[in-house]
Amino acid sequence: MPSVLTVSGLTKVFPGARALDGVDFAAESGEVHALIGENGAGKSTLIKVLTGVYRPDEGEVTYRGKPVRFATPLDAQHAGISTIYQEVNLVPLLSVARNLFLGREPRNRLGLIDFRRMHREAEEALRALGVRVDVGRPLRSLGIGAQQMVALARAVSVDARVVIMDEPTSSLEPREVQTLFGVIRMLRGRGIAVIYVSHRLDELYEICDAVTVLRDGKVVHTGRIAGLDRLRLVSLMLGREMSEVRSEGVTKFTGAHGTGDEPVLQATGLTVRHTLHDVSLSIRPGEVVGLGGLLGSGRSETAKAIAGALPPDAGRVVVAGAAVRTGSTPAAIRAGISLLPEDRKAEGIVPGLSVRENIALAALPGLSRFGLVDEKRIDRIVETFMKRLRIKASGPHQKVGELSGGNQQKVLLARWLAMQPKVLLLDEPTRGIDVGAKAEVQSLIDELAEDGLGVLLISSDPEELVEGSDRVVVLKDGAVVAELTGDGVTEGALLRAIASKGGDDD
Amino acid sequence: MTAVQTVESESSTFEEEPLGSSRAERLSALAQQHGALVTLVVAVIAASLSFDTFLTVDNLSNMAVSSAFLAVVALGMTFVIITGGIDLSVGSLFALGGVLAAWGSQYGTLVALLLPLAVCGLIGLVNGLLIARARLAPFIVTLASLLAARGILLAVTNEGATTYLVDEKSFFARLGQDKILGIGVPVWITVALFVLGAVVLRRTRFGQYVYAVGGNEDAAALMGVPVARTKTSVYALSGLCAGLAGALNAAWLVSGVTILGSGMELEAISAVVIGGTLLSGGFGFISGSLVGVLLLKVIQNVINQIGSLDSAYQQVVSGAFLAVVVIAQTWLGRRRRML
Repeated sequence: MPSVLTVSGLTKVFPGARALDGVDFAAESGEVHALIGENGAGKSTLIKVLTGVYRPDEGEVTYRGKPVRFATPLDAQHAGISTIYQEVNLVPLLSVARNLFLGREPRNRLGLIDFRRMHREAEEALRALGVRVDVGRPLRSLGIGAQQMVALARAVSVDARVVIMDEPTSSLEPREVQTLFGVIRMLRGRGIAVIYVSHRLDELYEICDAVTVLRDGKVVHTGRIAGLDRLRLVSLMLGREMSEVRSEGVTKFTGAHGTGDEPVLQATGLTVRHTLHDVSLSIRPGEVVGLGGLLGSGRSETAKAIAGALPPDAGRVVVAGAAVRTGSTPAAIRAGISLLPEDRKAEGIVPGLSVRENIALAALPGLSRFGLVDEKRIDRIVETFMKRLRIKASGPHQKVGELSGGNQQKVLLARWLAMQPKVLLLDEPTRGIDVGAKAEVQSLIDELAEDGLGVLLISSDPEELVEGSDRVVVLKDGAVVAELTGDGVTEGALLRAIASKGGDDD
Repeated sequence: MTAVQTVESESSTFEEEPLGSSRAERLSALAQQHGALVTLVVAVIAASLSFDTFLTVDNLSNMAVSSAFLAVVALGMTFVIITGGIDLSVGSLFALGGVLAAWGSQYGTLVALLLPLAVCGLIGLVNGLLIARARLAPFIVTLASLLAARGILLAVTNEGATTYLVDEKSFFARLGQDKILGIGVPVWITVALFVLGAVVLRRTRFGQYVYAVGGNEDAAALMGVPVARTKTSVYALSGLCAGLAGALNAAWLVSGVTILGSGMELEAISAVVIGGTLLSGGFGFISGSLVGVLLLKVIQNVINQIGSLDSAYQQVVSGAFLAVVVIAQTWLGRRRRML
């Protein structure tokens, strides 16, 4: 079969990271090719190179037999490579038809836009995809699913030979997913190459012909998807070969913790449209509960829903027997819930402020009287935590931006501990920090649990999750699929739960 | 392309999915689009019932001519605001355009028209390049050129001491003074420009780009819209409009008056927003800006008619009115988003 789009030896280096490292990849005409990998594996970088957003540092992209180098997304589009993004990238205030035809509107002899023809053609293009809407209405009046179909119609109507779909189903209803699959089959029938990015294993097996797995910027597997064992696929993504799985590893976690009886946190029936479906979990004081699952399975969303940062459509959060108002971070913080977010740069530290100010930031309201800040108390608290968490800084007045990743993470941890929380939610606490600091953060988590805190640990690293947790709740497509307890907390069981089919437990 | 193939799956077609009641949505859309027009009609009826002097040929044609200059400025401003930007330099450019036109009129009508267009268009172009290419904030860039244009103006007029006069018998003066079918030439020019502006905005690709850039700049870029070129163009266009308005005004007054135009940028912005264009960009229309200008001028006129009322109150009423419109727009916008 002819490869319409191939890349070889593709390398892209960002300051501090090799996002792509000698990647080879080929998309065939009339084939749906899955591109998968965990966060930071290099999928989005690869897509951005293919669509002309980034230029590669090394390597070659060959399109229809010729080497190409797209300077802009528009170049790639003109050449016939269309992309639909996870977030609908259209203009919500413009009408459906205008969005479909933006930049290539049919014009009459005077050079003016021929609206009658544009509306007729827009209707036809959408009807071909099974969408019937009033194309004169503003795009935003449509549901997200229909908007996604408009984006798709736009992508395929430009005579595309390659269509790249970046998590197209993340905001679709099951019924809409089937319509999308119908369209994908039609594209395949027309000989178009589809590159399909998704984390939903069931979807990959349903619609894709081939699969390429990326990890840490390298291709770790490429081949037909039929006959590829689900468990093997998950192992490839997470970088844990089944044969390598050991019971005792190299993390700094010690064994189980003495745990109380009454749960300090009880979340029941958390539901967020398209994201979480009836997720329940509880944490007892002194217990570390792991939250496992693939990227996009709803791990971070669960933590955010508990911490009030994501308002749930349904569900209850109870801390130490008292119900917490959901959807309000101040209420959650008052109740004793602290969330250490996944993206500490965007959601956590203020790099221009000092260690002291960063630690005191969230605790300030409690540390001030009549609007005046009690400086001495802050000094005391900052000193205590810098010592206890072994924060390596020249002093409390060093800017946090100058610290290493691990120490930044500790500063954040100190900020939340200064609030004297009952429950600590840690979202990927060791991502992006070096090995030594990782071990320190891991032993800190242990110590905190021993001090009686309830800890929720989210991690993509199966080893860290299994060794650090007393129990592991496994999420898949936004729902709990398994809970591992006692001797059942093993990497094998975790991977099997993640790889399980449909909504079934294994 | 192959013939249109259809996805054969009856259970999985997307029927229209109105989010909430589409009738309520249409109503609020209607209010957003035509609220200013309804208010204008009501204001005109009320004014003509209250004052005998309102609905006279003299008063109306005076109002029309004095609206014309602001309207031309607001026309350019509409494009800028739809892209999500703002242009504070237009008041200064208006005054500068007037003085340059008056000075240039000694060399003939062509110079009197082209000189202000060239200078003001160039300043607008520089605004646009700084905003679109250097990615500076429109507010600051156009504030800087507001000051710069005032400076040029003072330099050209010896700190305002020199007033250039237009020869009353020249063709240029007649552009400002003459009437066709009883209506002043500036009014005809304005009407023609608005028709042209509406066609450009609604019926050309450039117009679609203007909306797309204001509606979602990142998405527009990904869809292949030349974002920087579009933004640069609207500021250049706004400069051209301000310069032309200034020139026409000089022809009408037969002199280049330096003190004109201060605060005009705010009047133009008010008119555009009152006309239903969203200050956040992505939504708006040319005709609304014309209605906005007329509404502001009617309010001014009515307050002038009430002899006992200090004309300072004009600003208070205009300001209050603007506040009401913005509040209503925000409210309607939120409602529509919720529906």
